[in-house]
Amino acid sequence: MLGARVANAAEPIKVGILHSLTGTIAIAEAHVVDAEKLAIDEINAAGGVMGRPITPIVEDGASDWPTFAEKAQKLVESDKVAAVFGCYTSASRKAVLPVFERYNGLLYYPTYYEGLEMSKNIMYTGQEATQQTIPAVNWLAKNKGKKFYLIGSDYIWPRTTNRIAKAAIAKAGGTVLGEDYFPLGATEFSSVISKIKAAKPDVILSTIVGGSNVAFYKQLNSVGITGQNQAIMALAVTEEEALGIGKDNLVGVYSCMGYFQSEKNPQNQKFVSAFKAKYGQDRVLGDTLEAAYTAVYMWKLAVEKAQSTDVAKVVAASSGLAWSAPEGDVHFHVSNHHLWKHSLIGMFKPDGQIDIIYQSPLIEPNPFPKLG
Amino acid sequence: MNIESLSSLFSMFAYRVATMSLDTFLVQVFNGLSLFTVLALMAVGLAIVFGLMGVINMAHGELMALGAYMTYMTSVVFHQYFPELMGAYFLVGIMVAFVVTAGVGFVLERVMIRRLYHRPLDTMLATWGLSLVLQQVYRQIFGPIDVSVPTVSWLQGAWNVTPNIGLPLSRIFILFLTFAVALAVYLFLFRSRWGLRIRSVMQNRAMAGAAGIDTERVDAVTFAVGCGLAGIAGSALTMLASTGPVTGQQYIVDTFIVVVFGGIESLLGTFLSAFAIGQLQSMFELLLSGSMAKATILLLVIVALYFRPQGLFALKLRR
Repeated sequence: MLGARVANAAEPIKVGILHSLTGTIAIAEAHVVDAEKLAIDEINAAGGVMGRPITPIVEDGASDWPTFAEKAQKLVESDKVAAVFGCYTSASRKAVLPVFERYNGLLYYPTYYEGLEMSKNIMYTGQEATQQTIPAVNWLAKNKGKKFYLIGSDYIWPRTTNRIAKAAIAKAGGTVLGEDYFPLGATEFSSVISKIKAAKPDVILSTIVGGSNVAFYKQLNSVGITGQNQAIMALAVTEEEALGIGKDNLVGVYSCMGYFQSEKNPQNQKFVSAFKAKYGQDRVLGDTLEAAYTAVYMWKLAVEKAQSTDVAKVVAASSGLAWSAPEGDVHFHVSNHHLWKHSLIGMFKPDGQIDIIYQSPLIEPNPFPKLG
Repeated sequence: MNIESLSSLFSMFAYRVATMSLDTFLVQVFNGLSLFTVLALMAVGLAIVFGLMGVINMAHGELMALGAYMTYMTSVVFHQYFPELMGAYFLVGIMVAFVVTAGVGFVLERVMIRRLYHRPLDTMLATWGLSLVLQQVYRQIFGPIDVSVPTVSWLQGAWNVTPNIGLPLSRIFILFLTFAVALAVYLFLFRSRWGLRIRSVMQNRAMAGAAGIDTERVDAVTFAVGCGLAGIAGSALTMLASTGPVTGQQYIVDTFIVVVFGGIESLLGTFLSAFAIGQLQSMFELLLSGSMAKATILLLVIVALYFRPQGLFALKLRR
């Protein structure tokens, strides 16, 4: 069987793409598919992987975790795909993880997330929490002040991020004046805004995700707190989401990510213009899209290095593997399946794009930090 | 939750009460008042549809979203064709939202709801299905990403009563809007011909029919008005938050809680329950964290409904 495959060098390699195209999370997740398809098209146009074209099979996880597990099993078991590029929320990743481990599949996960995980069947191309949170806190403590107010949506990512943040704030000699969590989708922030006004923090560190952000920033602005007169760091707002939040509401707000569309390096200019040429000039990129694009290339390089699509061999070949991504040169950690990444800090401009203010050196991924 | 975290929660609570300044307290009272008007505005349409007609409309949230989308469309149209009148778009948007949502409600009643009277379970399933259909329709038309409207210039910023007390103009506007809507609903139901017909049909359908009232038409109008009010609520909420395909889901739970807690057959109860929940929730949010405040409110509502299953302000009727 294997011999027959090798003999027929032009036989396509099947890969899976598994994201929510419908449902609640589709807001953030549906466009990730576009970045992955762009990478696949580019690789195919350049001769494929080991001379074989890539055929993507797209499945819809529908923002529903059991559906994710079901579709993952279909991709790995029935379609026998070589790898799956997929998932956005941690909940969906946790739902498919047992499937990938049981059937020995391979998942590339593109979202910045809370860490605390390392599966032998998953490669992580987004920032884990320490890569994003610690540089953000250190930069803020140094440049904006040491009194922090933490506010977030109420689930695992904001809570873990804030535990890391609190340890980092203590280490930087700062204090936490308050910490508040709101249910996902909450739209009423007037009381917490009164609390923030009374506490007078130097910095508001926000891990509010999704639609709640609009309500939060609109209501902040309506009592006169804006990015121009108060340091606000949004850890979960990409340029793409800024469109939905309303660009006016975000002017002057800081963001910390592994990638911003405004990066000047040539790889990024190529990536941005290819993406816009394929999907439209008005389209906007963000961190997760770039990490998903990078994931496809990291898989291609690993397969070519291993000369095989066998999961164990691809994972072994990924150790230390380097690529010039749009975000800059990155490489996989020797053993923990995460990328060494830069952390970028920038400020939202009136056009919804981000002015990059600071770029950290490459940061070692540490998915299991000591939490204070 | 262990004893230690419970006691730390309590001490935090006590600390925040003790250290609250007068300014914070006053702003807080206003926040509670504002939340009350938001909740009341969301609930009044449902109170009519659910309370007066007994229709459990699971798609009520999606009708709010429809109102919000109509306001968004109005802002786009104004931005495109009448940029100099942009300051007025919001008032037009509220009216467009009411008219369109009421129109959709009217058609819905004629096509679907009227076939389901006296079958509450089927109504719930059918309207829930309708909510899914509407969500997907919004996603197809407006895209999966949330849209938000620009805040009109005369509602930007805050009214600074003192240097430390700033009351957002958008919230003050919603406050007045709610009182205007409440007054209009009162006049419509209790001082107009249509209101008389509606009340008589609700009290005794057969007698009302015998007296020459077109009961089917009354049903359609009542449902349409309830839906139209949902549209106004959705329109007002664009001032505070964004609009997406699933926005309605975020509001529907609060809305049902307010109506059920107040006693489903009492409009006054709906307002009093919105007031109670609004004040308590914003106070709890100040003292606890946002999620705990919500959980505490739900707990209180459960306890209250345990002792008063008809809601706080049920009418004493002989059945």
